[in-house]
Amino acid sequence: MELRQRYEEDLFLVRGAAAWLATAALLAALAFFPFYSPRYLLFPAILVAVNAIVAVGLNVLTGLTGQISLGHAGFVGIGAYAATLLAARVGVPWWLAWPAAGLIAAGFGVLIGVPALRLTGPYLTIATLGFGIAVHQVLTNWEGLSGGRMGLEVPRVSVGPAALTGDQRLYYLAVTIAAVLTWAAANLARSHVGRAFVALRDSDIAAEVMGVNLTRYKVLAFAVSAFYAGIAGALFAQALRHLEPQSFDLIQSIYYFSMIVLGGLGSVPGAVLGAAVLTMLPGFLSGFREWLPVIFGVAIILIMVIEPRGLYGRWQRIRRYFKTWPL
Amino acid sequence: MAALTPVVDFAQFLVGGLATGTLYGLVALGIVLLYRSSRVLNFAHGDLAALGAFIAYTMLVQLGWPFVPSVAVSLVATAAAGALFYFIVLRPVKEATLLGRIVVTLGLALALSGAVTLIWGADTKVFPFPLSELRGYRPGGVFVSHLRLGLSAAGLALMASLYLLVQRTRVGLAMRAVSQDLVAAQALGIPARRIFALTWGLAGALGAAAGILTAPVTLLTPFMMLDPFLKGFAAAVLGGMDSMPGAVLGGWLLGLAESLFAGYVSVKFKTTLAFVIIILTLMVRPEGLLGREFHRRV
Repeated sequence: MELRQRYEEDLFLVRGAAAWLATAALLAALAFFPFYSPRYLLFPAILVAVNAIVAVGLNVLTGLTGQISLGHAGFVGIGAYAATLLAARVGVPWWLAWPAAGLIAAGFGVLIGVPALRLTGPYLTIATLGFGIAVHQVLTNWEGLSGGRMGLEVPRVSVGPAALTGDQRLYYLAVTIAAVLTWAAANLARSHVGRAFVALRDSDIAAEVMGVNLTRYKVLAFAVSAFYAGIAGALFAQALRHLEPQSFDLIQSIYYFSMIVLGGLGSVPGAVLGAAVLTMLPGFLSGFREWLPVIFGVAIILIMVIEPRGLYGRWQRIRRYFKTWPL
Repeated sequence: MAALTPVVDFAQFLVGGLATGTLYGLVALGIVLLYRSSRVLNFAHGDLAALGAFIAYTMLVQLGWPFVPSVAVSLVATAAAGALFYFIVLRPVKEATLLGRIVVTLGLALALSGAVTLIWGADTKVFPFPLSELRGYRPGGVFVSHLRLGLSAAGLALMASLYLLVQRTRVGLAMRAVSQDLVAAQALGIPARRIFALTWGLAGALGAAAGILTAPVTLLTPFMMLDPFLKGFAAAVLGGMDSMPGAVLGGWLLGLAESLFAGYVSVKFKTTLAFVIIILTLMVRPEGLLGREFHRRV
């Protein structure tokens, strides 16, 4: 029998006709998006898919396992450059290069995960922050690898029916990958592995006493999270078509982090929601571009003060309220 | 300043490293001060410092005040901003877990740097400082500019006065008591909230001082404190997150290591070195050089 301790966990796995209907409607909306939306929204939609992959991956690490990472742009950067270099210099086809980029990023994740065994809280935060900055610096300065500040051209990938434009094909590719990875993360969260992650987050000593292998699961969380970031990086490179180290700096890491905080730590739909909101917001607020950091910062503070479970947590509360309404 | 001999070169690197290290130590002190008292890692420290430097700039250049009152206003204003942040945001945070508090200071960092950019613009400004970088002393061929000397002296004076405040006054005693055992301190009648607010204020003022001492060297931009802030972190980790002498020692060691690394190995990867040091410290001696060992209660 499955163990559920709280009502929110129950809701997490909503079944029943309404939920299936909503899921189907969402998938249909995504599938036909390029046909009914204005053209200028297609590129932001691709970015939403990319950022959603990063956020869902980061959520496995921070939301489920409780390990803060402020260096996720580093993993995304590693994925982006690995996929591009594999395709451009070695001539690996994309369907091989992208998973390889994910695995390379995951390798770096293990590399960070091993010292993370001894670090908790702020120390880990600093270590990941340092990792992110180190990656950015190496990319900026190692010109043979990254093309330095000049950047790197990304060889184009095109799959899908020729009737579609390049952006549309990339959209379908990105959304498919994002959907599959999100589905995988949602399932991971309720497998025994996900339970081990949560146990480790809530009390690592208690978890170890219960037989959770700390070493294995902490490193695994880093590897999974970095794998997601690596895949997202490969997609991101494809969307940008021109790589520069500036796309993977500290601010970007903080934005990734803001996404999962805003959406709701520890929930997969929350991560996707946060990624969508924070990616689309700059477009809608283009008149206030210079205000964006202030708005983001104040939003993060407000979320933590008012609703620590984020937008998704607030949505759950609203739904619970209306479940018995008007009683 | 042509290179005379390897010995003079080496001495020059040492002097430069110590001067930079004093600044790192100052930043590290602000971080350690807060971490000791409330286990909050303040990610907004660098941005508070930048805010302080910009306030001083406005006083000095736009309002034409003399140097000392401008700095005083800047320190007081930044201290008030820190204390205000504690009262308005940090205390009412619902989920006061470690993660939650780190997230809140990250939010403050974003908001502050955004606000500074908004108010003062992102362009580079020259910070007027009454000492010169070009004139200085030259004992035995090693060049020490008036500016560096003045900055280091100011940094040392600040460190000494902070030490006296924490170790020799009643307020300092209360701060130490609160950081050791919050409940016991409150039971003995120490107003913990006011002490925390005071700590935030002190850290803010220290940050502003560090910002003002950094500005003449790096020029004034909204993100000028990012690098010194990260180095300050590295110094704090190296020296031990809960040790104030450790923070100063860590700053000097980091400054020296960086200066020698830049001189003999590579300037480009200078910043990466700081993080290699962090990770090595955490792997070999996680509590830092002068920090106390970790004890965890289950």
